[in-house]
Parts: sequence; C-alpha cells; structure tokens
Amino acid sequence: MQLSKEDLLSMYRRMVAIRIFEMSLPRYFEEGYIVGTGHVSMGEEAVAVGACHALEERDYIMSTHRAHGHVLARGADMRVILAEVFGKATGCTGGKGGSMHVSDFERNFLGTSAIVGGGITLAGGVGLAIKMRRSNQVCLDFFGDGASNRGTFHEGLNLAALWKVPTVFLCTNNQYAMTLPQSKGCANLDISARAAAYNMPGYRIDGTDVIAVYETVKAAVDRARRGEGPSLIECITYRLSPEHSLRVATVAGTEYRPKGELEEWWQKYDPVKIFREKLIATGYLTEEGAKQIEAEAQREFEEAVDFAISSPEPSPETAFEDIYAPEGGD
Amino acid sequence: MAERKITYREAIAEAIKEEMARDERVFLMGEDLGKFGGAFGTTRGLYQEFGEERVKDTPISETAIVGFGVGAALVGMRPIVEIMRIDWSTIAMDEIVNHAAKMRYLSGGKPELAMVIKTNAEGGLGLGAQHSQSFEAWFVHVPGLKVVMPSDPYDGKGILKAAIRDPNPVVFIEPTTLLSLSGAVPDEDYVVPLGKAAIKREGKDVTVVAWGTLLPKALNAAQTLAGEGIEVEVIDPRTLRPLDIDTIVDSVKKTGRLVVAHQAIKTCGVGAEIVAQVQEIAFDHLDAPIKRVATPDVIIPVNRNLERVVFPQEEEIIAAVKSIL
Repeated sequence: MQLSKEDLLSMYRRMVAIRIFEMSLPRYFEEGYIVGTGHVSMGEEAVAVGACHALEERDYIMSTHRAHGHVLARGADMRVILAEVFGKATGCTGGKGGSMHVSDFERNFLGTSAIVGGGITLAGGVGLAIKMRRSNQVCLDFFGDGASNRGTFHEGLNLAALWKVPTVFLCTNNQYAMTLPQSKGCANLDISARAAAYNMPGYRIDGTDVIAVYETVKAAVDRARRGEGPSLIECITYRLSPEHSLRVATVAGTEYRPKGELEEWWQKYDPVKIFREKLIATGYLTEEGAKQIEAEAQREFEEAVDFAISSPEPSPETAFEDIYAPEGGD
Repeated sequence: MAERKITYREAIAEAIKEEMARDERVFLMGEDLGKFGGAFGTTRGLYQEFGEERVKDTPISETAIVGFGVGAALVGMRPIVEIMRIDWSTIAMDEIVNHAAKMRYLSGGKPELAMVIKTNAEGGLGLGAQHSQSFEAWFVHVPGLKVVMPSDPYDGKGILKAAIRDPNPVVFIEPTTLLSLSGAVPDEDYVVPLGKAAIKREGKDVTVVAWGTLLPKALNAAQTLAGEGIEVEVIDPRTLRPLDIDTIVDSVKKTGRLVVAHQAIKTCGVGAEIVAQVQEIAFDHLDAPIKRVATPDVIIPVNRNLERVVFPQEEEIIAAVKSIL
C-alpha cells in the first residue's frame, strides 16, 4: 500500500513526539521525578512508528523494557505514559510498573516484559489465541538483539512457526546488549538469518528508514493475517542514547563504545533527521512546517509534564491491589 | 446406589473433559498429552474427544509451553499448560514467576490471567534425582500464584475444576505416587473451593498436617496409633497458597500438638511456613514443640533401599507423634 502525504506527515509527527519525549527524560531523572530507572529509545523511532503504522486497531502489541516509543507510536495518551514513568496514580498501572511496564489495553498494547526476551513466547501465545479464535488479528512482538540470544527466542520462534501463529517477530538491533556490542554476543551478526532455521521468512532492513520498516512489517502482517505464519524482521538501528538506561548513565561513562561511534551515528543515521530531509525533498514538508511540528510536539510533552507532576501519588493501599483477580469473574 | 470409584488419574482427565466441554476458552497443551494420553495417563481420551486444536502436543519446550500459555491467557483464553514433571518447571521458572504471576499486576490489573500450570511431583518410583522432587514451596513463595496439591481422586477432580474456573494462575500439582489410587467420585458436577483445608480424620490428641504422598501414610499412621489409644486428627491443606491456616489453628487449639509431614525437602519446605504461622497465632495453645517429618537435605537416589531411607515413611510419622505426647 502506498503511503499518502497525510500518512507520512502523521508518522513524522509521531517520531518527533517520541524523540522529544525520550530526549527530555534524563533531565527529569536527574531532578528526581523518575524513580528507579528508564530506557530511552533515541535512534529507534522509525522502527516504532513504521511498525505500528502497519497494524490495524484490532491487532495486538507486546513489547519490552524499552517501550515508551512503541506505546506512543500506537497512539497512547502521552500524559498517562509520562505519569507512569513518574510513578503516579494516573499512570497506566498507577505507578506500580513504572517506565519498564507501559501499556494501553484500550489500544491492544498488552504491556511489556522487562525480562530481556521474556515477551517472545508470550507474543507467540497471543498469536495462538488469535488463531484458535479465528479473529483475523495479528500480534506484533518488539524485542532487541540482546533477546535474540535467549532460549525464549529459539523455543518461541520454533513453536510459532510450527503452529503458523500470526505473530510478527520484530528485532530492533541497536547493536548493544546493555554494554556488550553485538559482535561479542552473536556468532552470526545477521540475526534475520536465523529465520531459515525455523522455516519462516527473515528480513534484515535499515531500521532508520521508517518507510522501509513500514513496508516490511506490512508485508509480514499481511502474510500472518492470511494464515501463513510468523516472520522475523531485523531492523538495524543504533542506540543513540549515550547509555543503556537512565540509571546507568549516572554511574558509568561511554568507554565501552569506540571513540566517535556515537557521534558518527548521530550525524549519519538519525532516523528523525533522515525522514525530515526526505519529506522536505519530496515537497511534503517545509523547514517552517518542520519547526511547527517540533513546537507542537514540545507543547504536547510539556502538557504531559504538567499532568504528571500535578498528578497524585498512589495511595498506600494500592500496593496490595491487582495481585489477584477476584473470583467469580468467570 | 453404589458409590462410583475411579482412580486419581481418571479423575483428572474427567475434570479437564468437563471443563473443556463447559468453556470453549479452555484448552490443553504440553508434551505427549495428545494421542498418547500423557506420560502419567492423566489426559487419556481428551485428544479423541476434542481434537488436536484444543489438545495440543508440544515439542520439548517448557519455556514456550508456559510462555504461550501466559500470552493466550493475557488475551482471554484459559489454557491448561502441562509441565510433565515439576523437576522441569525450572526450565519455565521465568515464565511462571515473572510472567504468569505478574502480568496482571504489571498491566494495571486490567487483564485476568486465568491459566492452570498442571504438573506432576514427588517420588517413590525409583526415578531418581531429576524426576522425583517436590517443589511446591518454590511456587508458594510467589505472590500472584495460587498453589494446589490435592491428594485423593475426589479432591483432585474438584480442585482442578475450581482451578480451571479461577481467574488467576494456579499451579496444580498431582502427586505421582497417588495417581493409581481409587476413590469415590460422584458423577455430577462439583468443585472443591480453593483455599480450604479438609479434616481427613478427626482426633483429639495430636494434629497431623500432611499432603501428597504423605497423606495416606499419615492416615495409616493414625489408624495404627488409634490401636494404641492415640487419637490423631489428620488435616490435608489441599491448597498451599492461599493456605487455610484457620482450619489448622482450630485443630491445634483442640489438640495442643502438631506434626507437619511432607515429602518435600525439610529446609524451607511449606511445613516450615505452617510451623511459623501456628506459633505466631496459637503459641499459647501448644503443649509441645511442633515436629516436622520431611525428606532430609539430600538428593534423591534411585536404589529402592536408598530411596526408602530418604523419603519419610509411616513409622516416622508415628515416632514424631509419640515424641510430643
């Protein structure tokens, strides 16, 4: 399907909104608004937005500890997501899950596993449920290059392919598993090549190109919806945030990366900049229009900050709630 | 009308069959449980009844078996996933502890996570170190899970049906040594509620709390002791989380003496928790130290004589009762 100008501009707005959200968080962490930690996703905006744009409203999403971009790309209310990151009562889990557990059940965003690789088999199970109910949905599963070395990847992809469940496995290869470069973690740098072992299609694409992500995920989603089973898509990106997490950023430097690497990727592979230049080159966007979109996104973020800061703390008794569902619901 | 008697393994298959007929969201997945009917025969006939879509044979992939179950439950299915032996729940521990138990909480309480993790535990059949263990305490330690370990055909069927209908993840543990035992099981639909202990024999002198392989041994011990004029009350907790401590405490208030018997390893077994709770609640009612009968801290051997030495027997229950009288 050809993307319209409206589609493209809407995708660009989402990417800018995610960029501003993520770029702003370190400051709020340092100021103590964010408890625990948080994992930002600069450099991965094209994956989040391109992939989510390929889904229908009825489709499901499963994600990871680095999921702000995914849930915002799905259209979640930024205020609710930031309130969760700030641990407030108005957040999506009332401050109990925090940054690593954003969700939006109204939009079939089923939440996350903060165990690296933990979501892969769950996403397979969501696909199984879809298949058993013949509900013509698809489940998109986000995970990273680090997760691809877990046993869950092997067991999950094998069973998903064996049973032809409609799950699309999307690996965002940001080239680092915490501080370990992929070259020290994967015997074969081509993660998509593993798809052959499970008899499913594998794609290795430029994850900084939002249109390429959209087109590839759309093809995989269509295939899954036709009942032909799962696919594995590896999106090559780069973790543009200096550190793996907000907390680690406070205690460690970036010595584990080769000198100049981070700066080079910011210059050459910033997905937001690449998309902006493409839209300007095609005449869909002007420099002035781009500035306006940034200003709107900044305003949306500031409203979310006001909402999150002014939101109440969760009341103490909620610490004991939601552990068990009440009986009799069946 | 004569009471209908069936084995524990038949009672399990019957419970699943009835619940699958009652609720189309219920399905079964695990290793060798389809055409073959399960390594312990507890799913016999289900594949023939419901077909391969709802009775799913899986590869040897415990991680995926439980993980797929959690995912399916998260969107409203009611899977029964089977880990053939509790010894291999280790391979799916992350899926059980970090996902089944927590996805509801981590999703703001929005989804129900109705699933049963069905597994087989305990030893006595000479199956050795990796096929004979009792890990119920591991799961009792995890908020978000319910843990049941019924010990006769009636409770097995009624509790499994309640577990399948429960909107939470329930670890259902069947004691391998009891599957061939027969007992009265009515034809009609019934459930045994979770979280309720059962007084299996009334007595006034000593309370013995026992489950799994040790329950019939405790009942035999009580019979023997009755011949010597000692009246033992035998309680089966049936559900280990949430534990029905009230029924145990009420009994201790009557007898003043308590023995807890289980086949799991003694150190940090569920018996330790029961002892701790009873002394917190009913210290003034105790007339003697509480005794535990359990497997000592060893690895389970295959040889019949060695196995008999490490697993607690009826005589040890009798000795424990006598030691506090």
